Amino acid sequence: MSKTVAEKILLEHSDLKEISPGQFVECDIDLIMVHEQLGGRIHKEYEKLGIDYVWNPNKIFFILDHWVPAPTISAAQMHQDCRAFAEKYNFIHNIGMDKGICHQVLPEMGFSRPGMLIVGSDSHTTTYGAFNCLSTGIGATDVSVVFATGKLWFKVPESFKINFVGELNKGIMSKDIILKIIGDITTKGAIYKSLEFHGIESLSIDGRMTISNMVVEAGAKFGVFLSDNKLENWIQKRSKEEYNVIHPDKEAIYEKTLEYNLSEISPMVAKPSSPGNADEIENVEGIEIDQAFLGSCTNGRIEDLRIAAKILKGKSINPKTRFIITPASKEVYITAMKEGLLDIFINAGAVVTHSTCGACIGGHMGVLGEGEVCISSTNRNFVGRMGAASSQVYLASPATVTASAIYGKITDPREVL
Amino acid sequence: MDELNGFAYILGDDINTDDIVPSHTLTMRDPHEMAKCTLEFIDPQFVKKIDKGNIIVAGENFGTGSSREEAVNVFKILGVKAIIAKSFARIYFRNLINVGIPGITLTEWNENTFSKGDNLEISLDNGVIFNKTKNIKVEFTKLPEFLTKILNEGGIINQLKKILSK
Repeated sequence: MSKTVAEKILLEHSDLKEISPGQFVECDIDLIMVHEQLGGRIHKEYEKLGIDYVWNPNKIFFILDHWVPAPTISAAQMHQDCRAFAEKYNFIHNIGMDKGICHQVLPEMGFSRPGMLIVGSDSHTTTYGAFNCLSTGIGATDVSVVFATGKLWFKVPESFKINFVGELNKGIMSKDIILKIIGDITTKGAIYKSLEFHGIESLSIDGRMTISNMVVEAGAKFGVFLSDNKLENWIQKRSKEEYNVIHPDKEAIYEKTLEYNLSEISPMVAKPSSPGNADEIENVEGIEIDQAFLGSCTNGRIEDLRIAAKILKGKSINPKTRFIITPASKEVYITAMKEGLLDIFINAGAVVTHSTCGACIGGHMGVLGEGEVCISSTNRNFVGRMGAASSQVYLASPATVTASAIYGKITDPREVL
Repeated sequence: MDELNGFAYILGDDINTDDIVPSHTLTMRDPHEMAKCTLEFIDPQFVKKIDKGNIIVAGENFGTGSSREEAVNVFKILGVKAIIAKSFARIYFRNLINVGIPGITLTEWNENTFSKGDNLEISLDNGVIFNKTKNIKVEFTKLPEFLTKILNEGGIINQLKKILSK
């Protein structure tokens, strides 16, 4: 039977000869990513199993990123619990707290490759789909199951084929594409589905990661890109491991096919308090903001910082507005430093922080006060997501966030580029 | 866990994990402290109003957002017996079953089907919810057998512990 990418990868990781959508299958997991959840619920659940081993300490990627460096005593204690667990079970890939945000660091280190099946204790684990593999988020108890057995059950998903044609115009980014898609299909439109992206050649790897990252905001289980030369060059620079690229069969069956002409996409903004509340920038331009935030696993990559620097160069941010920039990883931070981007940011009045999930989750390094308005390059604008319950978050591309920081109000980036 | 009894507590569409457990609670070391903050931003009286043995009846896309399993665990601590929703976010549904709370998908319901405080009786084996207050029966698609088994064991950790000790 003809297969989608998701069907092929799940079949290869099962002991079955044939699978089809709707079927439940048990699969072998290639890699599991865990962060502070290890010290939240995972370690307590795992200890209940009464075993003194994990299935494969070489297939666990453990990193601290949400609250680093620890802003509170309780966060510090959570980190202590995490580290103690990682030492007790001899984790090989104990990445620490200085490298950056999980979904940026794991690919940078070459851990996400075509054909793999990866799970993680974070809903944005879908990000690795940009690398032609299947990856998705799971909760603490499922993590415990994988730690103990290396296996997990999956329901084989139906797939949506999303085909891109044309190229993005100046000032438009892949964030605008994914906000447009979520707005169109709604936050429940892809529950349990695999989104398979075709026509991807014009998109950068950074841009693909932004799209895969946010498919979960439409409810999707996977957001998988096809492979091309651009991807293979990227991976070969970062990994010596062998891999097999996975293409869908020509006759693969898709529940839906959607086509987007990228040249027709304009800057998009998701209004409070849902990522699906997307609107074109014309309809929100001029809304005053207290804070602009550039960072996160969605949009803290070098491409994002480069466009911000291009827009900011020679300008200053609005004196009434705070602009906080959090590079997604140490590698991104160092690259930005070498390219002189940090000078531009700091001289314009922005605050540059170390890599952390902090502001995005209302944890630290940019928490919003009562009634404050923020435009943010992150992925969620739920009530109270970045701070006080009465604060409001508008989601947008790094270009739109930066342009808005200059004027202190939501601004179309095409006007300043 | 075939027959489940409880009183309905109604919630709306798109209740997300940040609504259920805001991120400022996530570093709390005592899960009971965290449970006191359940839904504090969108329904500040929830913790006072919810009783042990309640059954939550919600709209679409329940549990959308984060993978934080705390968003299921707080309901367990508060004694919620089951959650009925028009649809569930994928990770949330898995988390519910894994910690031993039945997640029941009922694609259609309205105020004629359930109101706050209605006395409900759920049969997982038969796929039927009996609303004793309104004297009506509603059918739902039964869970796959392997998920019912996890619920009967009180969650997947209990089930796995037995398997590993063999």
